[in-house]
Amino acid sequence: MTTLDTGQKLAPRASFFNDPVIRGIIYQVVVAVLLIAFISWIIGNTAANLAAQNKTTGFDFLWKTAGFDISFSLLPWSRASYYWEAFLVGITNTLLVAIIGIVLATMLGFTIGIARLSSNFIVSSLATVYIEVIRNVPLLLQLFFWYFAVLKAMPAVRESITLPFDAFINQRGIMVPRPTPDQEFTWVMVAIVVCLVAAIAIGVWATRIRTRTGRYPASIVLAGKFGDACVTLLVGFTALAILLNAVYPVANGTVIAAIVAAAIAAASVTRFAPIARGVMTFAVAFVILNFMIGGMLSWLSPVVTSAGAALIALVMASVVYTNATERPPSDARFPLALLILIVVAIPALIYWVTGATLAFEVPVLERFNFRGGVQLPPEFVALVFGLTIYTAAFIAETVRAGIQSVNRGQTEAAQSLGLKDGDRLRLVIVPQAMRVIIPPLTSQYLNLTKNSSLGAAIGYPELVNVFAGTSLNQTGRAIECIFMVMLVYLTLSLLTSAIMNWYNGRVKLVER
Amino acid sequence: MTDIGFVRSAMTDARPAPRRTSGVGAWLRKNLFATPSDAVLTVLGVIFLLWVVPPLFNFLFGHAVGPNGTVEECRMPEAGACWAYISSEMEFFIYGFYDIPQHWRPNIVFALGALLLVPLMIPKAPFKRVNAVLFLFVYPIVSYILLAGGVFGLTPIPTEKWGGLLVTLIISVVGITLSFPLGIILALGRQSKMPVIKTLCVAFIELIRAVPLITILFMASIMLPLFMPQGMTVDKLLRALVGVTLFTSAYMAEVVRGGLQAIPRGQYEAAASLGLSYWKQMYFIILPQALKHVIPGIVNNAIALFKDTSLVYIVGMKDLLEAVKTKNDTALEWQSANTATTGYIFAAMVFWVFCFGMSRYSMYMERRLNTGYKR
Repeated sequence: MTTLDTGQKLAPRASFFNDPVIRGIIYQVVVAVLLIAFISWIIGNTAANLAAQNKTTGFDFLWKTAGFDISFSLLPWSRASYYWEAFLVGITNTLLVAIIGIVLATMLGFTIGIARLSSNFIVSSLATVYIEVIRNVPLLLQLFFWYFAVLKAMPAVRESITLPFDAFINQRGIMVPRPTPDQEFTWVMVAIVVCLVAAIAIGVWATRIRTRTGRYPASIVLAGKFGDACVTLLVGFTALAILLNAVYPVANGTVIAAIVAAAIAAASVTRFAPIARGVMTFAVAFVILNFMIGGMLSWLSPVVTSAGAALIALVMASVVYTNATERPPSDARFPLALLILIVVAIPALIYWVTGATLAFEVPVLERFNFRGGVQLPPEFVALVFGLTIYTAAFIAETVRAGIQSVNRGQTEAAQSLGLKDGDRLRLVIVPQAMRVIIPPLTSQYLNLTKNSSLGAAIGYPELVNVFAGTSLNQTGRAIECIFMVMLVYLTLSLLTSAIMNWYNGRVKLVER
Repeated sequence: MTDIGFVRSAMTDARPAPRRTSGVGAWLRKNLFATPSDAVLTVLGVIFLLWVVPPLFNFLFGHAVGPNGTVEECRMPEAGACWAYISSEMEFFIYGFYDIPQHWRPNIVFALGALLLVPLMIPKAPFKRVNAVLFLFVYPIVSYILLAGGVFGLTPIPTEKWGGLLVTLIISVVGITLSFPLGIILALGRQSKMPVIKTLCVAFIELIRAVPLITILFMASIMLPLFMPQGMTVDKLLRALVGVTLFTSAYMAEVVRGGLQAIPRGQYEAAASLGLSYWKQMYFIILPQALKHVIPGIVNNAIALFKDTSLVYIVGMKDLLEAVKTKNDTALEWQSANTATTGYIFAAMVFWVFCFGMSRYSMYMERRLNTGYKR
């Protein structure tokens, strides 16, 4: 007898119930049926419960007058506003806190993450202590601490603490001056934007030329020297003027500062540039350090703190001097000073030419409260503060993991190519680390946004507080309110992961 | 003989001995003063420490009022932390409004928990299986009977009276132990080839992970009673437990999925070729390897859950944070400038000890289990 070989694989013989395909179908049908039964049971119960409580359902309440106050809102809000407006106010308040928090947390987190990898024992220990303390304490507790123990414990309005730049802090939050730009100031704003775009364009163009030819174009190099001198003049003059007027008052301090700064600026285009940079570093560092150390260790005598500041500034100046002597020739250097000059000087010129004024409405203490200025409520300040500090600890860990994930061989390879430390980080390590850092970083941003809902506990009117709290209690439409709130977060989350997937597709390693 | 110019005729001078690479001096040089910039950072760091540490030390210890102090000392203008407040309210922070004569019951629960958990965590301790069964199945029942009462002549104590650290620990332990198996099932479901089950699991996981815990808790506390048949009430603690468990299980599922994806295909195929059923493949071959990979992730979730238990405060539960806040706001006999700060610092220290302990334990386990992969 011959067997018929049709070339097709016959399914292995199994009884009907042991066939994996059949089994899979049966399992799925069972699960689906159970789920449908469960959901209809829930819906039935809910309908019965709602009927028993004489409650109606539907989204018609959105067009009813809300009738409650919202303490902090970017959009116009009054008691006569509708519920859908409350919904929008909640979303904007959530987004406001989230965006500010994300920017601040990223800056703090990257700083601490890099500090944790520092070879300096004290710096890395400080970063480690920060991360381990902050990460292991609940965010809600930290918010309570900032809100109830710090901001609510501030003095009453009459005894407000005065901060620099006409800001005040008291129980009711932080009062800051409100900028009141006039008509002409619009041109300055336009100029700033245009100059920023122009500066970036010049930078990109110059870098392209350098990539192609090996050196920056001659015009840029020349302009760069000019920019260098101007920036040196400005910064040097500011530092020296402060030094000679505020720290060690000298007769005609401003004039002397101007002359010295001009001399340094002139030297910065000659071959004495390293010395000029050293002197300037010393002046700037000394002014900053003198203020900082004097303020932090006020129990030391000013002579000691000044001497310490001078010593540290001297070391920093010597480091800058040494680096400056080893700098590449000027046609191989990125013209950073020129770009700074463009962004700062042209708007300043327009400000001066058009006679625009940027006045500030300073908060003034009246009988019961401050008038004028912008009032940042303590709930807002506490939430931004808490979210920033908490998320920065997680971002720092993400950054550290990302940088450590780059193979040591990459560092060694970059060194053997002769790249300097800065170029090695910028061109080899960071691009590879970013690929590892970005995805968890985004999920930290998402976490921060979700965690902003804890503002509900300290009375910041964000989405959950306004909508799943007040609106829900007033209307009794629990299902609708919670559904809408969840939908907002779901949309944000899906949007983020869509962007993330696109990014991952772009940067992932192309392998065989 | 021709002069071969490039061959040395004299010995070179001996090089100077290398710098010491051990000892205090070398350590200082390497870690604090490697370069001038490093030295500047070190000095600035020391200045920062000098600025921060003395006031902090004075607040916490130097000028603080000890546990036996009085409120008058706490109200002195220069007084630091008021530890007397903490020690006098400690009972409330641990048990909440739990009947004071019945405090022995939570105490037994705490002791039993420690007694069962510690040998479970020490790798060398024997009787792991018995221990685990006792901890996971017997202990919860015993604890519930002890805490709630109502049988064996124990006075019934409603869950509304439970509070403080007791509730924090109950929610986190129950949340972690229940969300772990639930997370594994969800992760396996997500990997499943059956479209209905896969879609369900994916939808559940992504939905839960996209929204904040608060909204889940709101949902559990407001909508769960609506979902139940009429006349059936759901205990408030149970509502919080359901919310927290569902929330954490979605995160657990993602962690476990990471572990499952790290297992090479060959392992699945080998398991299948042994003729094992699906659940046996998972139980004997896949999960033991997968879970080992993701211990850090699991513990991170446990830590996150432990911290997140504080959120039940928002839906009106009485956990440790609520107890501290209540006393801060209402204990008029302890009112002073630093009372609230001290209360929050105390709560932070309790949370910190638990979370830090968990993270260190996970690092220890990771090192222990990592032996096979060490290079």
